[in-house]
Amino acid sequence: MQLSVNGQSRDLELDNRTTLLDALREHLGLIGSKKGCDHGQCGACTVLLDGRRTNACLVLAVTCAGREVATIEGLAGPDGLHPVQQAFVEHDGFQCGYCTPGQIMSAVGMLEEFERGWPSAVTGEVQPAGLTAPEIRERMSGNLCRCGAYVGILAALTDVASRS
Amino acid sequence: MTTPTQATTPAAARTRTPIGAPGRLENDAKGGVGTSPQRPDGALKVTGEFAYSSDLWMDNMLWGVTLRSPHPFARIRAVDIAAALATPGVVAVLTAADVPGRNVFGLELSDQPVLADDVVRYQGEAVALVAADHPEIARQAAKKIRVDYQVWEPITDARAALGHPTWNRLHDHPAEDVELSRSAAAIHPKGNLVRHLKIRKGDPDEAADVVVRGEYSVGMQDQAFLGPESGLAVPDGEGGVDLYVATQWLHVDQRQICTALGLTPDQVRLTLAGVGGAFGGREDLSMHVHGCMLALHTGKPVKMVYNREESFFGHVHRHPAEMRYEHGATRDGTLVFVNCDIYFDGGAYASSTPAVVGNGGTMGIGPYVVPNVRIDAYGVYTNNPPCGAMRGFGSVQTAFAYEAQMDLLAAELGMDPIDLRVRNAMAEGSVTPHGQTIDSPAPVAELLQRLREMPLPAEPDGADIDLRSLPGGVANSTHGEGVKRGVGYAVTYKNVAFSEGFDDYSTARVQIEAHQGNPLVVVHTAAAEVGQGLVTIEQQICRTELGVENVIVHPKNTDVGSGGSTSASRQTYMTGGAVKLACEAVRDRILTLARDRTDAPLDDAALVDGNIVTPSGAVLMSIADAIGEAVIEETREHHHRPTEEIDPETGQGFAHVQYSFSAHRAVVDVDTELGLLKVVELACVQDVGKALNADAVVGQIQGGSAQGMGLAIMEEIVVKDGKIRNPSFTDYLIPTILDTPPMPIQVLEYADPHAPYGLRGVGEAPTISSGPAVAAAIRQATGLPLTRVPIRPEHITGT
Repeated sequence: MQLSVNGQSRDLELDNRTTLLDALREHLGLIGSKKGCDHGQCGACTVLLDGRRTNACLVLAVTCAGREVATIEGLAGPDGLHPVQQAFVEHDGFQCGYCTPGQIMSAVGMLEEFERGWPSAVTGEVQPAGLTAPEIRERMSGNLCRCGAYVGILAALTDVASRS
Repeated sequence: MTTPTQATTPAAARTRTPIGAPGRLENDAKGGVGTSPQRPDGALKVTGEFAYSSDLWMDNMLWGVTLRSPHPFARIRAVDIAAALATPGVVAVLTAADVPGRNVFGLELSDQPVLADDVVRYQGEAVALVAADHPEIARQAAKKIRVDYQVWEPITDARAALGHPTWNRLHDHPAEDVELSRSAAAIHPKGNLVRHLKIRKGDPDEAADVVVRGEYSVGMQDQAFLGPESGLAVPDGEGGVDLYVATQWLHVDQRQICTALGLTPDQVRLTLAGVGGAFGGREDLSMHVHGCMLALHTGKPVKMVYNREESFFGHVHRHPAEMRYEHGATRDGTLVFVNCDIYFDGGAYASSTPAVVGNGGTMGIGPYVVPNVRIDAYGVYTNNPPCGAMRGFGSVQTAFAYEAQMDLLAAELGMDPIDLRVRNAMAEGSVTPHGQTIDSPAPVAELLQRLREMPLPAEPDGADIDLRSLPGGVANSTHGEGVKRGVGYAVTYKNVAFSEGFDDYSTARVQIEAHQGNPLVVVHTAAAEVGQGLVTIEQQICRTELGVENVIVHPKNTDVGSGGSTSASRQTYMTGGAVKLACEAVRDRILTLARDRTDAPLDDAALVDGNIVTPSGAVLMSIADAIGEAVIEETREHHHRPTEEIDPETGQGFAHVQYSFSAHRAVVDVDTELGLLKVVELACVQDVGKALNADAVVGQIQGGSAQGMGLAIMEEIVVKDGKIRNPSFTDYLIPTILDTPPMPIQVLEYADPHAPYGLRGVGEAPTISSGPAVAAAIRQATGLPLTRVPIRPEHITGT
């Protein structure tokens, strides 16, 4: 099959039971997406599938043909780190870093969702007024961080939201 | 920046190096001790380039899996591997008979088989290994191994296990004393008692005006690090092996692996792969020996990665505890006596149980001055999952009990709970229950007073409650009629580094040379970076001590002496101290070389900003010029001042090198009808002696606070009849960003004159005081005794 990852088309021969996560990690050598639970519980494997946040461990790779997969490896540009990556570094949004690629991809998707006006469970009005701390907490609650760097993650994303 | 001369040959260079083997860490950050420079692994971690142990790869590698016992207690009659071995793609199936050396390992006591031989003592104990060319083939083949078990009834209650009529079936032979064992640990020669610690201080019959009694229990917490146990073992073709693994203490792993493999340390070389969190759960071996056995047997590299379910069986957990306390005080609130009995369920193998009992016992009544104390703390073998190190080990459990007792006593006396604590607070010069005089600052009262002065979060507006802010969020089951707010306090303390006479040390090698006209430093230790930021601290110390900017952190491996364990809040103190000593030795060598080039007096010279300068700041020469073509390298060990074993009958002795003090205030909203909780704020004040990296200190306090809160309200491995009922992140809950409240933090810096830079270990203390504060807040909101943690909805609703 062909899989488009970070804008590049890749040819793959896969068992049809292979998850997108295993295809990325074990067939394409893209180890940035992490396997923390393999059950969609921790969020460490979060990638963007056609721009939407997705647990790569819960998606079969064969269903991704013709779709665009974005992983942490494709986020930094020629000019350096993506603003979310930079904010995670500046605000100590991680310690061990294992959840970090998933947190960052989730955050990038979350910011895009917010830009499009998607409400969250804590949004009072249908159109969210701003990316407040409760909004960020709600929208990022699918990504576990056992080091407990949540205060830093919140600060990083508040910073990015205020700049965009 | 290009690579300087290598100080040593990395282990990886001797064999083929796996993809994902750690490289040198270097960055352009600047800043010495007392600043917060960016971490050298930071950019790698946010770009996904940082490889963890589960990311290691070699093209010709095999995958190893472990077959584990489904029974908590059984005799193995026979193991039939024929069908598994015949599976296409399977290269090896190994059992206890294949362990090349001695089939035994253990952190403090060698009491656990590498692969179960005749008896399994807990559910999940490793029985056999399979290596295959694909992980799924290996897993399917493992299912074909036929193990004939004679199932026994498990012993699952710690108190019952002491004196249980079948006690000697658990451990037929007395556990062996090994290097790490504290001889103060009175190992029962045949029974289920791992350690009984006794403290006897003052008069056991002293009477008090007011007496409060309580019984408390703490559930089994899991470290739940997100990066599962994993590693890659690479045979060297000459009978030895290189192991790349995520761990907390390379050298103690190496010692145990050598014993099990029957090899010498030069044949078993370890390199620290990327570590996805640890929190104590990587102090014991997991796949280490198994991976090496398969690699040596097959002659191929073998990778092993536990999945999440296996991870719940693949490492030790926090000891559950049952505790009974009795506090006596005068009418004015002065503590007269404390008596307590503490039972730690160690599970099937000892792991760190002796040290857990040591901490739980010696610090078992909290940071208070009490003239008369009786403590009996027990660590017990059962057929439950083995328990060992987890952040705050031994102290987390007792803190729930003694702080609940202080609140109970305050209520009985009609006193403010903070006033009661301040009245009895330890200070510098106080004597602990184990007879040790606190000989550095102990600002217990100040921590509490500062917490009291911190502003409280705004009260919810009763007239216009935002349903989304209620416990349970937008589940919208009520309109907040039953929601009550509670505020709770706790102050706790814990020892830093290893105690009770253990000769605790770390090693550091520091190299400097002139590179393109600038001094360049390489710092090499075996001390595990697990996320806490030790690599940053090592750079900072080198920058400060040697007056240089460019510091490279060498990969962590066994080519340098032991760095000791990344546990007990000890690495900045111990390995940081070793780096400082090595830097001082390097500095002396630089000044010796400089004397050949100048007649100026150098006795008081300092290294600053790349130059050798006089006390008045005048530049004598650059460091690069002083070094010339030389490569200076010095290695030093840092031992902390000696501690003592405690007396086996009275528990008295200079047991601990340093104490770390912290206090929390929790504000919790409780829906008393639904039993739902919302932690509104978790404030902390902690004394860190000296913050070498203020940002990292705050990060440790935030993370520790979240883990302590988790134990108070949601985290528990539920074990029934010796079996784990919830081995997944669906059923074992850890705090999310939604559960984690704002955390106002004050960091105090009262220097400890005995410690490098005056610092105190930071990582564990906040894990200890946060949970008891949360529990206290829930008690205040509900008026319920709530003597067990984690507190569940049914405990609040009584349903």
